[in-house]
Amino acid sequence: MANRIDTLFQDIRERGRPALAAYITAGDPDLERTQEIALALVEAGVELLEYGVPFSDPIADGPVIQRAAQRSLAAGTTVDAILASVSRLRAAGCEVPISLFGAYNPFFHRGLERLCREVREAGADGLLIPDLPPEEADELLGHVDAEGIGCTFLAAPTSPPERLRMIGEACRGYVYCVSLRGVTGARAELPPDTVDFLDRVRSVTDKPTLVGFGISRPDHVALLAPHVDAMVVGSAFVRIIEEHSSAPDLPQRVAALARELIGGLGGS
Amino acid sequence: MTTTTRPDATGHFGPYGGRYVPDTLMSALTDLEREYTAARDDADFRRELDHLLRSYAGRPTPLTEARRLAERIGTRARIFLKREDLAHTGAHKINNTLGQALLTKRLGKPRVIAETGAGQHGVATATACALLGLECEVHMGTEDVRRQALNVFRMKLMGAKVNEVTSGSRTLKDATNEAMRDWMANVDTTHYIIGSVVGPHPFPMMVRDFQSVIGKETREQCREITGRLPTHLVACVGGGSNSIGMFAPFYDDGVAFIGVEAAGEGLEGRHGASIIKGELGAFHGSMSKVLQTDDGQILEAHSISAGLDYPGVGPEHALYAETGRALYTSATDQEALDATRLLCETEGILPALETAHAIAHLPKMVAELRESDIVVLCLSGRGDKDITTLREVLDL
Repeated sequence: MANRIDTLFQDIRERGRPALAAYITAGDPDLERTQEIALALVEAGVELLEYGVPFSDPIADGPVIQRAAQRSLAAGTTVDAILASVSRLRAAGCEVPISLFGAYNPFFHRGLERLCREVREAGADGLLIPDLPPEEADELLGHVDAEGIGCTFLAAPTSPPERLRMIGEACRGYVYCVSLRGVTGARAELPPDTVDFLDRVRSVTDKPTLVGFGISRPDHVALLAPHVDAMVVGSAFVRIIEEHSSAPDLPQRVAALARELIGGLGGS
Repeated sequence: MTTTTRPDATGHFGPYGGRYVPDTLMSALTDLEREYTAARDDADFRRELDHLLRSYAGRPTPLTEARRLAERIGTRARIFLKREDLAHTGAHKINNTLGQALLTKRLGKPRVIAETGAGQHGVATATACALLGLECEVHMGTEDVRRQALNVFRMKLMGAKVNEVTSGSRTLKDATNEAMRDWMANVDTTHYIIGSVVGPHPFPMMVRDFQSVIGKETREQCREITGRLPTHLVACVGGGSNSIGMFAPFYDDGVAFIGVEAAGEGLEGRHGASIIKGELGAFHGSMSKVLQTDDGQILEAHSISAGLDYPGVGPEHALYAETGRALYTSATDQEALDATRLLCETEGILPALETAHAIAHLPKMVAELRESDIVVLCLSGRGDKDITTLREVLDL
């Protein structure tokens, strides 16, 4: 079976319109709700899911996703249960690429060979580990390649061109471009140098690019769309989940924001 | 293998160390490594730091023989205390903060951030920043703010801003998370002065080097007083900066290293013994021994001393433990309290609760000590900051 990540980005390049990706923390408020939200997001047009694996001490996350991780862990979410949840999404007919997004330690502690095998068996498509630079990833990449899954590294605006090139080469699948200096969380405005940064990444790698951190509004999406293959929104969705966790129409509320953001993508 | 060959070129101490941080910080770490290496080899930088350590921080600190303590615990071996409690601001932390603050000037950054548990590193950072005219913000968990109110006030007196961290266990690990997040947002203008031999490369190496002044002075002083090197070195281990600073200059000598971790309520209960009870894991930027669950989540540590209340430990200690170069043991909250009183009553010195863990190990060593042995204990800090805690638990 062709890798869902590669297939998606080939399609994006051919049609010339970027995709919207969504980050949600698995297990917030519980895994059943997370699956309902994921399916609603996909129905709304989200084409890639970053399925958040919660960590007790997330240094790359702002308060919104920190709290989501705490809620998920307090509800007893484990890596085992998240992998099973991905399998259930596949059984429910969800066919968009799913990247597991989380801090390195819970993945590392599982054993990297076992992890990569289980990721593939669960039907997930790749890993995205914000605190793991390529320099420390030799062993992981060996297992990633053996299982034919993806592995995405972060590229930050603080990195010089030669480092961005190295990161592009290390990525299996897409490159995750960090839009700003700082942690995750919705921002009213993105920094003025984001577009320039995205163009710099594109000038040193042919790999598909996705941009994340801070993106929360249709005008952000419209501004960045010409410069990337995909954009990911996280905290803006997670905040809705936090504020309406017991609402019966929670998945629809989250999906409504996705539709609004996709409206900013333009094109056909 | 001497300390100058550890870590390797990529910042690893065997399987430990490295850099496990978001890409946002990688260039800053590369810049820091380059600038630190240049400064280390620059005679002017070394002279300036040495001058500050002598004329400002009060170095060299004395090596005090503890005769009544030795007599009380029943040994004829000689016991010496390396008096870091007499360094400016009352602990060894100033050795590192002066070095890193000078480096911050060299990096051309106007702002410094730090994490603190007991507040000793926060005070030492605020002090160095006041001296060198740097803006300073200290991240501190609200639980520690409560336990160490005196140090919070001291930091503010020095002009530092104290950010009270309310996430997680509200202690040192959460303060460190928040400092890392601050650094990611402000990396262009800000240097993060990490207070222990933890974090991503080059911090474990750099902080060790700045703290090695403890061991270097001890070598000279012990030779001068006794004509020999010590046979045993004893120090407490939280992140591990006073201990590695004491141990590292003796690495190639046949000197026994004993690190004492916090056993808290006991090793089967809540504690801070990351080397003894931890497993391999990536935490706060490096690979080391970490207290964690079966699912790789970091556990909350516990110790009566805020400075040892930390679920991780420096990667070089993890290597020392694995190779057997150092022995790691532990002392409980109660043993630390008893040891505090022991030192007060026999020597007239009030140690920090962190340091008291090391003192608590001395009576346990007596059976193996020979008359010809020389034990040096790193008296890493003074206990004035702990008066509130002591008054809550001791009935005098």
